[in-house]
Amino acid sequence: MLRFALRRFVVALLVALTVMVLSFMLTRLSGDLAISIAGASATQADVEIIRKAYGLDRPLVLQFLEWIGRAALGDFGESFFFKARTADLIKERMPITLTLGLTGLILALLVSIPLGILAAVRENTWVDRLVQVIAMVGQAMPSFWLGLILMITLGLQLGWLPISGTGGPEHYVMPGIVLAFSAIPALTRLTRAGMIQALGSDYIRTARAKGLSRLSILGKHALRNAAIPVVSIAAVQLGFMLGGSIVIETVFALHGVGFLAWESISKNDFPVVQAVVLVLALIYIALTMAADLLNALLDPRLRAA
Amino acid sequence: MGGAVVMPSRRRLAWGKRAGLIAGGAIVGLVLLVAILAPWITPHDPFAQALDNRLSVPFWMEGAKPGHLLGTDGLGRDYLSRLIYGARISMLIGLLTVVTSGIIGTTLGVLGGFFGGRVDDAVLFAITCRLAIPVVLVALAVVGLLGSSLTLVILVLGLLLWDRFAVVARSTTMQVRNLDYVAAAWAAGMSTPAILVKEILPNIASHLAVVATLEVALAILLEAALSFLGLGVPPPLPSWGLMIAEGKDYMFFSPWVIWIPGIALFVLVFGINLLGDGLRDLLGAGDTR
Repeated sequence: MLRFALRRFVVALLVALTVMVLSFMLTRLSGDLAISIAGASATQADVEIIRKAYGLDRPLVLQFLEWIGRAALGDFGESFFFKARTADLIKERMPITLTLGLTGLILALLVSIPLGILAAVRENTWVDRLVQVIAMVGQAMPSFWLGLILMITLGLQLGWLPISGTGGPEHYVMPGIVLAFSAIPALTRLTRAGMIQALGSDYIRTARAKGLSRLSILGKHALRNAAIPVVSIAAVQLGFMLGGSIVIETVFALHGVGFLAWESISKNDFPVVQAVVLVLALIYIALTMAADLLNALLDPRLRAA
Repeated sequence: MGGAVVMPSRRRLAWGKRAGLIAGGAIVGLVLLVAILAPWITPHDPFAQALDNRLSVPFWMEGAKPGHLLGTDGLGRDYLSRLIYGARISMLIGLLTVVTSGIIGTTLGVLGGFFGGRVDDAVLFAITCRLAIPVVLVALAVVGLLGSSLTLVILVLGLLLWDRFAVVARSTTMQVRNLDYVAAAWAAGMSTPAILVKEILPNIASHLAVVATLEVALAILLEAALSFLGLGVPPPLPSWGLMIAEGKDYMFFSPWVIWIPGIALFVLVFGINLLGDGLRDLLGAGDTR
């Protein structure tokens, strides 16, 4: 197990390094950063001053090494637009994005686990078919559009929830619902598949032969086994959701990291964009590694890989 | 459970799946036809503004104007005509993105699956790195840096969405690699590239077709989201995502301006997914999700 964990950790580190290189290169795509920062009205002399001030006149490799060295210490430099330290900006906004992500994940699990179980128990009936159609509806739903529709219906027409903005728990309900939609299809299908497999296995037949109640068979025996892949996919989904929250945070003007990223992209604020890409990628890498380790811990067969 | 396993009624199952395939095919076929025929079937010029005829309501509401079946937008442009041209943009982006990502992903996956060892390690590593990159964020950043255009959106999405192609191409190639006819091709002295193209590719093509359909749907949804955020297809092009963004200003008083393009988007993506799922069952392509 230790060897597996170590190996997995090295891979995660290499992936993180690659993503760092990529997110650094991403901001150099535009050609000359100094011209972008200086703005349209700057003279050639202004551009040169900025180039010197931000160290953009040095070789790329040197710039990268400096950035990576500082990033490792949690220093992502100064934001051009907000006139604040990038790390502080992200630290300040991260709780909002995490709250949104967890709200979405919990809502998604609350819907998809019962639906998946229902579909598995009634496999190949119209109930099963209906659940699959529901999953497909979730998959086809444009999240930003669903957000707007909820704003019109729940927000304006019924007046149940605030239409947009950052604030108390009620501000997370609509964005949470929208975010949950993106995870429901995968989680439902996985629960269904896991339950079908579990229900067809020998130990369930034994449990039935012993005359255990239906509820005890479903809850205690089948669900526990089907839950392993669901938990690990839920972790991965959380990573995807944090990355995808940029659209939803923008729609609902929820000032989390996603909104920060959108603001910085439209303001050409490169240090922030770079940092947000990196931080979200690192969270994803950490979550998938945790999921893999958890899986290996629960199922020794996976450790051989 | 009561001990009794409910046996599937085969006919109903077959009917349900076939119905999905037919419905999905019909939706996709119709949208494709509309997209191709756009210049000949649009009632108005989709770019022609008429500021004296702004936000004219669609036909089912009171006060609709006879010439504008789905009303007009905030600049007085005919909504039906814009919707039809929007189908063109969605289809174009969906198909071209998948061609790009399909080539990248299939190449990587087939190489990894066929050669195994170090090559496969490298391919797996590339897939892992790709999955760690937040797609929407990076696509937005690139478009924000380089300026929005149709070509750039296709290129960016194509370079980002190859992961599922690679995963499926890799696993199916591994299965096919050890089959008898590949061994026979080796024995017959066929070169490695020839085996890859003539023996492996045709045999994993059905799996790739299923992935391709599902990826078209994903690309269309992502384009709409990018355009909605103002970093996708530039105005005045009538992308459905952009139409929703433009309608956002009027949505509280004229909600139909966002209902119409949103439903079009949903129905198209739903149809493509139905088609993909139906194809999966028809071709026996197994689980390619």
